[in-house]
Amino acid sequence: MTLKNEPINRVENRKKYCRFKKHGIKYIDYKDPNFLLKFVNEQGKILPRRLTGNSAKYQRKVANAIKKARHLALLPFVTDGLK
Amino acid sequence: MFQKNYETVFILTPVLSEVQMKDTVDKFVNLLKEEGADIVNVENWGLKKMAYPIQKKSTGFYVLVEFKSLPNLINKLEIEFRRDEKVMRFLTTVLDKHSIIYAERRRKGEFNKKVEAKEEQAG
Repeated sequence: MTLKNEPINRVENRKKYCRFKKHGIKYIDYKDPNFLLKFVNEQGKILPRRLTGNSAKYQRKVANAIKKARHLALLPFVTDGLK
Repeated sequence: MFQKNYETVFILTPVLSEVQMKDTVDKFVNLLKEEGADIVNVENWGLKKMAYPIQKKSTGFYVLVEFKSLPNLINKLEIEFRRDEKVMRFLTTVLDKHSIIYAERRRKGEFNKKVEAKEEQAG
């Protein structure tokens, strides 16, 4: 038995990934509330990157799209039981 | 100066009749045309339920206008939006290179396919 830690292949074991990078989606449409629903919880709050796995660049774009959708009343600011 | 691609979504109050609603849309489209903008697309989403009430109304007529214009026209357009009581909300955005491609595909009707594709990814 060695004291050295077994090297873990982090790339293979990684469960989370950025779906926009993986699928080459460059633009997130604020006019599509059904898609944006995936990035909010049932209260209508934006989910953190910790949960969505988005890269910083696309998390920012998602957040901006959700905020635009909220302004146009396509998504609620606060609610209960969205899902 | 160069023309930029813009799109604007605005919500009209639901108390209007169909004719009044169309007149109001035409008013803004004509305003854009007179100021030298090229209208790319006008899309009427019809009476939609809003996610929360605005001015104590729970529905509104949604209209999307895509156009090309010089940047200084946007200010004039938004002043008109603010002056018009029939407009409850508006949002104008500049389209960057990615969103121009997206908007073109959306106009061609690839939009519905795209929605499905996105849903598959989420699963």
